[in-house]
Amino acid sequence: MSTLAIDKSGPRRKVKYGSMSRERAWALRWSYFFLTLFAVFSLVPPIYMIITSLKSSAEISAATNPWWVFHPTLVNYITLLTSNQFLRFFWNSAMVAIIVVTITMLVSIPAAFALARMKFWGSATLATGVFLTYLIPDSLLFIPLFKMFALFSDWTGIQLINRWYVLIFLYPTLTVPFCTWIMIGYFASIPKELDEAAIIDGASWLQTLTRIFIPVALPGLIAATIFAFTVSWAQFLYPMVFTTSTDQLVLPVGIVTTLIKGDVFNWGQIMTGALLGAAPPLIIYAFLMDYYIAGLTAGATKG
Amino acid sequence: MADVSLRKVVKRYDDVEAVRGIDLDIADHEFVVLVGPSGCGKSTTLRMIAGLEDISDGDIMIGGDVVNDVPPKDRDIAMVFQNYALYPHMTVAENMSFGLRLKRYPKAEIKSRVAEAARMLDITDLIDRKPKQLSGGQRQRVAMGRAIVRNPKVFLFDEPLSNLDAKLRVQMRIEIKKVHQKVRTTTVYVTHDQVEAMTLADRVVVMNRGRIEQIGTPNELYHKPATRFVAGFIGSPAMNFVPCQLEEADGKLNIRLTDRIAFPLPLPCAARYQNVPRSEKLLFGIRPEHITEARPHLGPGVETFDTVIDVTEPMGMETLIYFTLEGTQVCGRANPGAGAREGAPFRLAVDLNNMHLLNEGTGIVL
Repeated sequence: MSTLAIDKSGPRRKVKYGSMSRERAWALRWSYFFLTLFAVFSLVPPIYMIITSLKSSAEISAATNPWWVFHPTLVNYITLLTSNQFLRFFWNSAMVAIIVVTITMLVSIPAAFALARMKFWGSATLATGVFLTYLIPDSLLFIPLFKMFALFSDWTGIQLINRWYVLIFLYPTLTVPFCTWIMIGYFASIPKELDEAAIIDGASWLQTLTRIFIPVALPGLIAATIFAFTVSWAQFLYPMVFTTSTDQLVLPVGIVTTLIKGDVFNWGQIMTGALLGAAPPLIIYAFLMDYYIAGLTAGATKG
Repeated sequence: MADVSLRKVVKRYDDVEAVRGIDLDIADHEFVVLVGPSGCGKSTTLRMIAGLEDISDGDIMIGGDVVNDVPPKDRDIAMVFQNYALYPHMTVAENMSFGLRLKRYPKAEIKSRVAEAARMLDITDLIDRKPKQLSGGQRQRVAMGRAIVRNPKVFLFDEPLSNLDAKLRVQMRIEIKKVHQKVRTTTVYVTHDQVEAMTLADRVVVMNRGRIEQIGTPNELYHKPATRFVAGFIGSPAMNFVPCQLEEADGKLNIRLTDRIAFPLPLPCAARYQNVPRSEKLLFGIRPEHITEARPHLGPGVETFDTVIDVTEPMGMETLIYFTLEGTQVCGRANPGAGAREGAPFRLAVDLNNMHLLNEGTGIVL
């Protein structure tokens, strides 16, 4: 009886049923709030682009509600897609992107494998060096690189500046270090015993790479591929500096230089061109999204 | 199939000597287990035999040929790893046949070898599955299958059962033994589990701090340990060690454990230890099964003493009893019906015929 009395007189503790789920609910509410905010922030420009791309020049310059299309038209799309110039930019961009991605993969995969697995003198320093290279911004590099290509042209007579294919030599300076770095991380997360088992099974280093590492690290390779593609598709500074003739331009620079004449901005076509230019990376993202996320998070936890 | 020999093999990592000049001869068809605590150099030794680690000094021979500079793929060995190391993107059949496919064996032969190994390991139904669809035990079977199909000269096992639960470990232990009985391939097996070592091995190699402490059959190691380390490592619960002194009384050789406990040595023991200097610091070594409850009829060499039980651990078929002698905890094994109770006095019998006497300084069994 006495214990009962003490219980009654003591402070009453409120029993929280399902406190975990209540906390979780609040966390989710905040998450939704910030995610919505972020989504609105990042979706406004593309939505504005779509709206503008469906307007005629007259409607764009008229003082109507900019967020509404009163007379939708596909004239901007038809003009661009039938323009040889625009198709040329698209073709140049596609060629550069495909070749750069191929070169990047051919260099990065063996490099990452060697740095992650084949212990040799200075491999750790080299791996850090690769990453440090990536930290140097392209805005610092373009002048010395321009000078190098100019010297190369003087010495050999081979003109690379103002040719679309000069970008094939330039972009890997951006893509190779980063792709190598993320693949070093991915390869390092593969258990050491796997390559030892392959070596005992009779595989050479190359066979271990091609038959074990590449299939196992496929998500990482896809992540690296998407990165390399995005960089080479969207890079603006290098093509702006290194290419000037209209037939040598790639999409990002082409749109800006040909659709802005003096102080006249052809907004409808600029927006349409930008949207069409964004389509290939978007399509690739959509198809490879699952792999991309798996690739970026791999190695974060012990699998 | 082949014999394996190690001659003064040394492995150095910078200034640290992980393996310190070991000599070992493993006969053809033999199943040898390297056992010892973490960091004793057993896995390093196995990896040197496999060729996954370079040796710093000495020679390793497989089938009579020195293989120091032979790459792993040319040593004709197969290895089973602790974490299975199955190729995750390949099916069971592809995993097992990977080595044969690399060596460009005819397809028909690969198929028949894989089928035969799968039958032996009872994994025929799993042959088209990927590793992630298998349980731990099944994965370990596939890893063994991958070794068997190659029909190598030597099997190397690196703690293959450590990732399995206790029940499965016992089951797989029996499987491994059965497989060895069938294929009779020379096997080197590394484990830190002395029970695995005792149950599987033809001969056990006990390693400690990069050296071999003792090589022998499981029974030899258990009954005639050479050092305190081996005596303490082999057997569970471990052997008891109590500081003691030899003294002579009435023309007999006695062993004194405490001020009030001293036993006359049985004649064979007395003869064996007659020449041990009396001033030597000694340890009395006795296994728990040789300390039991006192029974009415004591055989020769069995002495009794009274003590107070600190802790009892009922195991079902026996009860482990713990008590203290001069500050040293001692374990014995009593019949569950003997009535040993914690905190209560109890009369125990010690069988001195099975005692060991050790030099406390050197740890050598005398």
